[in-house]
Amino acid sequence: MVMGELSIETELLVIGGGPAGYAAAFRAADLGLDVTLVELGQAPGGVCLFRGCIPSKTYLHLAQLIEDARHADAMGIRFDPPIIDTRGLRDWKQQVVERLSRGLSSLCRQRNVQLIRGRAVFEDSRRVRLMESEIRRIQFQHAILATGSRPVTLPDVPVRKNGRVMTSTGALELADIPQTLLVIGGGYVGLELGSVYAALGSRVTVVEQSDRLLAGVDVDLVEPLRRRLEKIFARILLKTAVSSLQESPHNVKAILKGRDGTLQETFERVLIAVGRTPNSRGLGLEHTDVVRDARGFVIVDAGQRTGDEHILAAGDITGGMLLAHKATREGKVAAEVIAGKPSAFDVRAMPAVVYTNPQIAWCGLTEEAARAQKRAVSVQRFPWRFSGRALSMDAADGLTKIIADPDSGRILGVGIVGRETEGLIAEGVLAVELGALAEDLALVIHAHPTLSETEGEAAEIFLGSATHILPSKRKA
Amino acid sequence: MARSFKLPDLGEGIREVEVLAVMVSVGDAVAEGDTLLEIETDKATVELPSPYTGTVTEIRVKAGDRIEVGEILVVFDGTGKTHAEAPPAREKPSPAPERPPALEAAQGGGGLSGPVPASPATRRLARELGVDLGLVTPSGPSGQVTAEDVRAFAGQTPTPDAPPPAAAAPSQPQDTAAGPMTALPDFSRWGTVESVPLRSIRRATARRMAQAWSQIPHVTSEDAVDITALESLRQRHKADIEAAGGRLTLTVFALKAVTAALRAHPRFNASLDAQNEQIILKRYYHIGVAVDTPDGLIVPVLRDVDSKSITDLAVELNTVIKLTRERKISIDQLQGGTFTVTNIGSLGATHFSAIINTPEVAIFGMGAARLQPVVVTADDGTPRIEARLMLPIGITIDHRVLDGADAVRFLRQVAGVLADPEKLLLEMN
Repeated sequence: MVMGELSIETELLVIGGGPAGYAAAFRAADLGLDVTLVELGQAPGGVCLFRGCIPSKTYLHLAQLIEDARHADAMGIRFDPPIIDTRGLRDWKQQVVERLSRGLSSLCRQRNVQLIRGRAVFEDSRRVRLMESEIRRIQFQHAILATGSRPVTLPDVPVRKNGRVMTSTGALELADIPQTLLVIGGGYVGLELGSVYAALGSRVTVVEQSDRLLAGVDVDLVEPLRRRLEKIFARILLKTAVSSLQESPHNVKAILKGRDGTLQETFERVLIAVGRTPNSRGLGLEHTDVVRDARGFVIVDAGQRTGDEHILAAGDITGGMLLAHKATREGKVAAEVIAGKPSAFDVRAMPAVVYTNPQIAWCGLTEEAARAQKRAVSVQRFPWRFSGRALSMDAADGLTKIIADPDSGRILGVGIVGRETEGLIAEGVLAVELGALAEDLALVIHAHPTLSETEGEAAEIFLGSATHILPSKRKA
Repeated sequence: MARSFKLPDLGEGIREVEVLAVMVSVGDAVAEGDTLLEIETDKATVELPSPYTGTVTEIRVKAGDRIEVGEILVVFDGTGKTHAEAPPAREKPSPAPERPPALEAAQGGGGLSGPVPASPATRRLARELGVDLGLVTPSGPSGQVTAEDVRAFAGQTPTPDAPPPAAAAPSQPQDTAAGPMTALPDFSRWGTVESVPLRSIRRATARRMAQAWSQIPHVTSEDAVDITALESLRQRHKADIEAAGGRLTLTVFALKAVTAALRAHPRFNASLDAQNEQIILKRYYHIGVAVDTPDGLIVPVLRDVDSKSITDLAVELNTVIKLTRERKISIDQLQGGTFTVTNIGSLGATHFSAIINTPEVAIFGMGAARLQPVVVTADDGTPRIEARLMLPIGITIDHRVLDGADAVRFLRQVAGVLADPEKLLLEMN
């Protein structure tokens, strides 16, 4: 150690202050450990708080508001087209983010988690060097790696901070509302952000390499969304790839290769939403026993342990479904394991939500996964056109489906498309985790008139008789 | 799709059985219903039929193995192909990087049809107690494992004075089959000894008798009945009944006499529910008959004795005793009894004290009938001594539910009916 270098010791070092990192730090502190949290940014919160979940959902709420106002025309209330104040939008988003961020920082303080701003690089399995910080070194007994992920960019296409080619980070900055926006990638990020810009007035073109939007989501759930998006987006081009992007001061020239040949078009802005990649390079992991896979994700076991006995990992850095709630649970498991508890990541129904309009939410086994596993399942669908509540909200284009074991009726998965499915899916998650039977879901009372009734009725179809839909000839 | 066949719950608290024979081999094509294994429980030999149609890909047991309810016996390939398909992926999001199964045991194998159904809190409990969910007998609906199941498996009981939990040694119950353990001396110090394992019926009997004797305050009332008249009735009709395929024994008459008394004294046909502080009166009359077999004491049950004629009972009892002695009696026939009759008379004994067949509350015993000198009062009032056929009878009661006076009254009624066959005719339905 060089004279004058500041070095500290800690019991648990958490690297990364996103949902995985701060959840781990807080849980560990609650369990009595001495915790140090190192975060690259200004404050804890990670991508979720600053450049992901929170800003996007803040804007999506407003996008839905704009669309609802537009649709009210057919229902007897006519609003004039809205005046969009982008600065106002940004300020509002900033307010939301800052409020949450202050909350997190305060929780850190109250729990005596030592928060250090800087970039950690491993020197060995017990020590990191800290860059961009007054403190030079941290010795730790245990570490939790929670450095997260970042958007994938296209080769040879630079994404500059104020450039016209953006990733989700840039898109959420909302510098302006482009007249034309090219969204590359038909996954949930592209569709969500594309929906925001479309609601604000952009003409949005979505290109997707595969033959469907939201690959991995059951097609019957995507279909109502696709129908809606066809109306609000200028074009959806499937089986189309971007072969080049050329940015100039006022626009971006794109060459698209699709089914019908090659298309050259100009867009004011481009959003690249083709996936995320782990932040595992430049961390000095080669000085530890941590093992990564071919794509750079850190390999962990059910206790979040890596190949190195002193280092655990949680969140996007470990791959799988890149979701904040997965990250939070993993962070907690890691903290508990270090505290000596027999904790494990033991989740049977991971919920996922696409916040478009209509929303899609699912958990547990999907129909597609059941087919791939060649597993016999019983699927029952309740179309929302039979739901009184859905009709009263003008949300009849929706579907609730339950995937169950054909013998026991045990609920294996739930999929919903429609309005407010983000909240409805929680019942499905609970059902799958508890090992509940379709019978259980059918026997609990769902308030009327609510969208939750669609879950009860879908379950009733299993038992052969749902009230608002004719029983099928075959016995369930 | 690969499916596994686990030892199903056989009822009557049976948790462990012995495999007698495996009737199939790996590679065999099996149809639903075909016999897979022969097993022996504490009470009976049972054939286990296949629940699936498919090809046997794995047999995990062999003759002589002791297996527990819930253990996997045979694995099938349901598609009929000769090779097993890959088991379905664990419920983890894909594409997840490989997760070495460090804590997979706590999640439970659950056979090849998915994870064991259990709530998150139960799974956490299982992890903490080091219990493999796949080995726990589920008591929840459709095979769900509850927290109670996990605790019971780990050796904990909910009562405050329970023995300390046995961590990760789940296959041994806390008590031995014969009751709480006491240290025995080394008998070989004094001479040669031979150890015989406590198995099957003997083991079950040891456990049940210890429990019944320690929990129930037994009180017995005895009497002797003049069955001279009954015996001559029996002799007169013996041949007819034999022709019908039955054996007209004193037990048959006792069954009818006892049933009539049970109708008049419903608390003898009941069970004590101490937990809920109630006596459960049964409105059906299923009488168990104690049968001595070379393997031990077995009690098959005759159902609805009140609605069967003496002829019916004679035939049924004969069949049942034969099946029981041949160890062919089904488990179902050993269950559901409300009262028990035990006749030790055929071996020549006069009196013996019986242990109540828990959870019943009374047991009726009969000894050997003997010609005895009895004082008989003639019509003119003069007493004289006659040789009469006297049958010793006794009723043992659970004094928590019944009192001495009840016992005497019950016995008097049975005695009255056996002493006067015409009364038997009038009082039975």
